Amino acid sequence: MAGAQAPERNGDHFVIELQGAGYSYDGTGLLSDLTTAFAPGSFQFLTGPSGAGKSTLLKLCYGELKPTKGAVLLDGRDSRQVGRDGLARLRRRIGVVHQDCQFVDHLTVRDNVALPLTVAGRDPAAEATNLDQLLGWVGLANRANATPPQLSGGERQRAALARAIIMDPDVIIADEPTGNIDWEMSQRLLALLAELNKLGKTILVATHDLALIRAAKPLVAARVLRLAGGTLTTAGAEL
Amino acid sequence: MSRLRLLLNRLVTHLMDRMFGDWQADRVVPPTGQTVWLTVFAAATMAYLAVFAMALALATGRLAATWEADLAQAVTIRITAPDAQADAQVAAVLTLLGTTEGVETARALDADDQKALLAPWLGTDLPLDRLPLPRLVEVVQDGDLDVEGLRLRLVAEVPGAVLDDHGRWREPLVRAAGGLRTLGWSALALIAATLAAVVTLAAQSALSANAQIIRVLRLIGAQDAYVARAFTRRFTLRAAAGAAFGTVAGLVTIAFLPEAETAGGFLTGLGYRGVGWLMPVLIPFFAGLMAFFATRRAAFRALVRFE
Ligand SMILES: Nc1ncnc2c1ncn2[C@@H]1O[C@H](COP(=O)(O)OP(=O)(O)O)[C@@H](O)[C@H]1O
Ligand SMILES: [Mg+2]
Repeated sequence: MAGAQAPERNGDHFVIELQGAGYSYDGTGLLSDLTTAFAPGSFQFLTGPSGAGKSTLLKLCYGELKPTKGAVLLDGRDSRQVGRDGLARLRRRIGVVHQDCQFVDHLTVRDNVALPLTVAGRDPAAEATNLDQLLGWVGLANRANATPPQLSGGERQRAALARAIIMDPDVIIADEPTGNIDWEMSQRLLALLAELNKLGKTILVATHDLALIRAAKPLVAARVLRLAGGTLTTAGAEL
Repeated sequence: MSRLRLLLNRLVTHLMDRMFGDWQADRVVPPTGQTVWLTVFAAATMAYLAVFAMALALATGRLAATWEADLAQAVTIRITAPDAQADAQVAAVLTLLGTTEGVETARALDADDQKALLAPWLGTDLPLDRLPLPRLVEVVQDGDLDVEGLRLRLVAEVPGAVLDDHGRWREPLVRAAGGLRTLGWSALALIAATLAAVVTLAAQSALSANAQIIRVLRLIGAQDAYVARAFTRRFTLRAAAGAAFGTVAGLVTIAFLPEAETAGGFLTGLGYRGVGWLMPVLIPFFAGLMAFFATRRAAFRALVRFE
């Protein structure tokens, strides 16, 4: 897609690594001593009960939060050492589908999806074909000129996914992407994520929905991490 | 020629883009009604006041300079002597002045000159020869004159002569004019600071109102400078436009002020003179610059707080 222009790319081996990382919002430790790495090209599910800290862990992975203990390495760099501009550049290589899918509501879906290009100083008009293809791929071609508040839950999720991948990122992080959409739509979304994984992208999906993880089994070889009581364990066989 | 224009065009566009951000950046943040008018109105009011403060600073500066020049030049030597010796003493003073450094010209006033000088006070039909008037020598100096040295030489060589640098009475006035000029410039500085404060508040309010959008922009990889530009462009243009309006209004007001010069020439009037009229043109530019930096600072500070 647009990857040829992405600056300062460290090969295609963007790794997110947790080294004894911990986080607490107010002194009451939420996450403690997490150590793991999300290898390039892998597909990871992050599961666990509601309130276990899945969203918090994802925020550590794209630098919205900095660990209060240990370290999180983004592409080899300690997230606490990366400046604000450096973080912005890293985020262009990590596409994020947020739990609540925030958009700029007065812009069209098309402009919202193109926004990462704009803020990176690229001209969306020069990449109109990519943009149209992408909107078609997520099934929003006919909703391109709607505004986000006019979209259904599933459409919002897919618009958020389109926005997350317009920059051709190395890593895609999705927080409860199927949170409030119907089963059929979540299957579609899952299929899109699996397809992206086949293109070599690292996928990290947080979900409390075990049915979704089971549904993914025939599509991808995913690692399932379970977050509970502040620590990570690898799950899998019992699912 | 046309290539040069093209190049210039591109350069200007590029500079504008770097300073203010592209239109796209501007569109991302919806304009918020209240802060628009707050900024425009404050800029207009402040510019209106700035026109007067600037006029005050320039006029009093002019006044101080003129008076100071008068002061430097106004030296008179008064010779009080019996009629028989007067001419000899005047001649002696003129000779002495001829060898004094810093004296450009020295001229003894004759009876007609003195009559003219006294006319405003005593009328024209004056029997001057019956009054014991001192003789006067008017000295035009070129700035190097050592007044105290001259005073001492006169005491020593021409006993009847007294050096009178009577312009000295204006000294406190010159100081007062200098003070007024400082006041004018301080008022300008305060006006600029007030505008900066108002713009900062307006920008902070706009930033808070758009906190949600800013968060989205940051999460999809926008650098602080990009987000800041979406705001600086808007506030710079608003402040400049408001200030342009206020400046024009201020200048129109000043143009219709009564001319003070006719009232005795004591004040030179609060208006602008000659190229001075060009000075207020700087006000809108300065207001824009002020708004640019105020907004930028507010934006960078807010951005750190938002995340
Ligand atoms: N900004 C915050 N400030 C304080 N506590 C928070 C904040 N965000 C989340 N929490 C708390 O942290 C815990 C984990 O939240 P979260 O990471 O959203 O869990 P999950 O995504 O697994 O449901 C919850 O108890 C939540 O209340
Ligand atoms: Mg969550």
